[in-house]
Amino acid sequence: MANKTTPLTILDRPNSYIGRSLSREGAKRAVAGRGRYTDDISLPRMLHAAFVRSPYAHAKILAVNVDEARQQPEVTLVMTGTELQELCTGPWIGTLSSFEGMKSAPQYPMAIGRACWQGEPIVMVVASSRAAAEDAAEFVTIEYEQLPVVADKETALDPECPIIHPELGDNLAFRKVIDNGDVKQGLADADIVIEETFQFGRHTAVSLETRALLADYEPTDGHLTIYTSSQVPHMIQAVFARTLGVAEHKVRIIAPDIGGSFGLKIHTYGDEVATTAASIKLGRPVKFIADRLESFLTDIHARENRVWGRIGVSKEGEIKSLEIDVRSAAGAYSQFPRTSVFEANQILNITGGPYKHKNYKAKTEVVYLNKVPTSQYRAVGHPIGNSVGEALVDQAAEACGIDPLEMRRRNIMEDDQYPRVSAAGIKLQDMSHQQCLEALAKHMDYENLRVEQDKFRKKGIQRGIGIAAFIKGTAPGPAGYYGTGGAPIASQDACTIKLEPSGGVICMIGVTDQGQGVDTVMCQIAASVLGLRAESVRVIEGDTDAVPYGGGTYASRATAIGGEATYQASLLLRKEILSIAGTLLQAEPITLDIVDENVVNKSDNQIRISVSEIGRIGHFQVAELPNNIQPTLSVTYRYRLHDALYIFTNGIQGAYVEVDIDTGFIKLLNHWVVEDCGRVISPQLADEQVRGGCVQGIGGALYEECVYNEAAQLQNGTLADYLTPMAGEMPDINVYHIQTPTSVSELGAKGVGESGTGAAPAVLMNAVNDALRPFDACVTKQPMTPETVLASLGTV
Amino acid sequence: MLLNEYGEDGQILAGGQSLMPTLNMRLSNPQLLIDINHLHELNSITLDDNIVRIGALARHSELALSPIIDMYLPLIADAIPHVAHIAVRNRGTFGGSVALADPAAELPACVLALGGTVVLQSVKGIRKVKADDYFLGLYETERKPNELLIEVQIPVQDLTGLWAFVELSQRKGDYAIAGLAFIGTSEKQFIKTAKLVYFGSEIKPTLAKKTMAILINTRWDDNTRKLIAETLGRDLDPMTNLQGSAKMKLHLQKVLTNRAIDLALKREKPSR
Repeated sequence: MANKTTPLTILDRPNSYIGRSLSREGAKRAVAGRGRYTDDISLPRMLHAAFVRSPYAHAKILAVNVDEARQQPEVTLVMTGTELQELCTGPWIGTLSSFEGMKSAPQYPMAIGRACWQGEPIVMVVASSRAAAEDAAEFVTIEYEQLPVVADKETALDPECPIIHPELGDNLAFRKVIDNGDVKQGLADADIVIEETFQFGRHTAVSLETRALLADYEPTDGHLTIYTSSQVPHMIQAVFARTLGVAEHKVRIIAPDIGGSFGLKIHTYGDEVATTAASIKLGRPVKFIADRLESFLTDIHARENRVWGRIGVSKEGEIKSLEIDVRSAAGAYSQFPRTSVFEANQILNITGGPYKHKNYKAKTEVVYLNKVPTSQYRAVGHPIGNSVGEALVDQAAEACGIDPLEMRRRNIMEDDQYPRVSAAGIKLQDMSHQQCLEALAKHMDYENLRVEQDKFRKKGIQRGIGIAAFIKGTAPGPAGYYGTGGAPIASQDACTIKLEPSGGVICMIGVTDQGQGVDTVMCQIAASVLGLRAESVRVIEGDTDAVPYGGGTYASRATAIGGEATYQASLLLRKEILSIAGTLLQAEPITLDIVDENVVNKSDNQIRISVSEIGRIGHFQVAELPNNIQPTLSVTYRYRLHDALYIFTNGIQGAYVEVDIDTGFIKLLNHWVVEDCGRVISPQLADEQVRGGCVQGIGGALYEECVYNEAAQLQNGTLADYLTPMAGEMPDINVYHIQTPTSVSELGAKGVGESGTGAAPAVLMNAVNDALRPFDACVTKQPMTPETVLASLGTV
Repeated sequence: MLLNEYGEDGQILAGGQSLMPTLNMRLSNPQLLIDINHLHELNSITLDDNIVRIGALARHSELALSPIIDMYLPLIADAIPHVAHIAVRNRGTFGGSVALADPAAELPACVLALGGTVVLQSVKGIRKVKADDYFLGLYETERKPNELLIEVQIPVQDLTGLWAFVELSQRKGDYAIAGLAFIGTSEKQFIKTAKLVYFGSEIKPTLAKKTMAILINTRWDDNTRKLIAETLGRDLDPMTNLQGSAKMKLHLQKVLTNRAIDLALKREKPSR
């Protein structure tokens, strides 16, 4: 359990649900096919929207003719970008003041006069069915004049390169430099210096349920209800209300069941705003469900980066200096309101993050391209930063003749040296690199695995062992980027919890569930604190009319932030229940406890009164209480981080692979993760997050890439051409937790949702290169396709 | 009748595993869909005088379970598990695969390797086309728009002979990057005849005639391996696409050729 001596709390009691795996709320419903996703909701008089999108990456729109489309059967509305502009309060500008010097051009939900990326919506057609809308959309004729395309991040800042938005002066979105310690001196002190350039392909989230929105505007009272597959209902409420000029408190966002999100659904998309505008204009419900091709073309993309790195080490393997230079590709605009520069920023923050070196220099330039906007996707920047840092550490280890695990042992931060600041300037505390490393060595049976690898090598079978240590920023606080930077995103989160007359508890939370079990976790916390059975607690999330204002679920914040809010709210409700019980029983509340739905004597566990009796009296028979006691039996608690930018977590992954040298195919044999997400509430749900996260990371490392040609045309917009990881190819993923509770909360939970994704690409690249070592070959490009591997071997 | 009337504007709907996605993506816009799924006479698999007759509507999963295929056409039995995923195999049909002639498809390559005959029917009657003459180009076959593919006839395999089916796809069930159906005869590890049909890399299932000539009456040794590696490039003309460059595909086909022949010889039946 906890490796620090922390006082035992209510959560450590024997009947606590903390550390137990309950079956996930809603799992049975989903498996039975009774899930209710946005597309399952049908409203009376509902219409459907389809979009005409730019076939070109960059083109002037000379004329838009919608007359014929308007006359098609079943068509209710055809709206152009210009017509939509009149319904908007103004353009979006995707910058945050927290990114100094950042710039982005104004953008409207649909293109006006010019399309800047393939797939940008230009005309919306609304009809009584999606098929009718698509049929009619074929009658929209648009005259284009193609414009020069900026497709390559490498040349985007060259003087001869066309500028996408001339008013910005160039194609630069953001530049940042970190220069800490003395890299020059570090290099001078190094015995060995290694340099390498790495390439990371552009990819996207590919949630099983695509983006989905159903807007329902009631013209008689101006109330707008939006059902949408979103992780962040209150942000959607704020952005949509402000963009369309509706009062925020009259907008209700309902996020029903969600089939995967992965950060893709924390953003705002033009076609969704257009759909909402259509509902306002028509006074009828309008639905838009992105099809798969639309998803590939218009969902945010991520990860397209080129990184140069240089590491200097002593003969003994001590890291003396680390430098990186990151060229990061955005799309045609910075995504509103979270921007397109987080990925680069996080790469700078976390590269080399597990290690003790002091000298670090990192630079990035984020450039605009005529492609779909990029933005936050699971483990923002971490797969890249970890891949670069861990590959450089491996190469340095090889040059020093030191085993990769030993190399890390010599350089990782010591468990007893916190709080401290990393070379990148990140404040770190409550971490456990050393414990994680030794646990990994044990669970992998590292020494014997090396022996086995040798045995296979002698038979001509090339197996590789990879190691990758990592840090992961989770649960950003208000000192971070969004709130401070001007985005309408709550930097705190809240829980409202109330005791009902029946003795049941309703727990309403600002964080949301996308199938990962957030509601189950909150139930476990509330039930444990309140001494109730899990089935007595009902959790409500994803409805802005019901839940307290919150930021929603992103950046692994649900349990760390929302969990602490639920914990503290439950403690306050417990206090009130015991106080009422004390009054009724003429006992000091401090002598009472709640166990298994009853208030009992702390001393002898004798049952005194049931919680349901307190609920009944508190609501129906209040006259039994003295006049000066008015029960509320309802508490709202808000929680935020204070000083920390993030709650950083740490861990280490191991991978065992086999590379077919003749074909370049990579077979995954085994995978291990030891991570420290602080207090584990539900071991099963935490493990599933890590496993699913690893698989998503493996996808990026081996398969996934949005391939564009020189004209910035997407070449693979189907699931036959864009390969996602499938169960058949995935290895067993063994997950272990070291639990160092965070000291910033009483619950002690840190984030866990992205640790798998953040380091899986790094550990796989190291494992593949370990297999290729006898051939003097090295893969530095992801995805590591068979052709990439064969190219590194000089075969093709 | 309908095919005759509508010609290219009419589309046959069999298993729908290729057609339905193209309709869904509005890539294909037929005036008429002709559903043949109720023509139950087209879904049988029978053995008739050393010819296996596979009805156009026989589903891939039915081939997988057919004792006739298992016993008399082991090449096809080996190929079927490579055809997409179980859900697709449950609906997709043998006739549909041969009619569409997707360059990455397994079964057209098998039909060519096994010397099959495609049976086509129109209002004018029935005609039989040898596989050698049937596959013409990229999704292009000898079938006329007014003809329905009703059956494929395949002579039973020489069960004392060699065969191997190999393919490479990044994930199980994906379209093949490279693949090969190999049929031959041998005696005591000495290759007597060989037929090599490549798919995945080429625009259509392709016989490697020059390479096949080298393999006639030859010992499978390093020298032969070297020779075929040199020759195969003259037989094949791989397409560069998202799955890889032409150069890589040619390389993979060479690797697969070695693996297919190794595999076939490894299970050579001891001579009587």
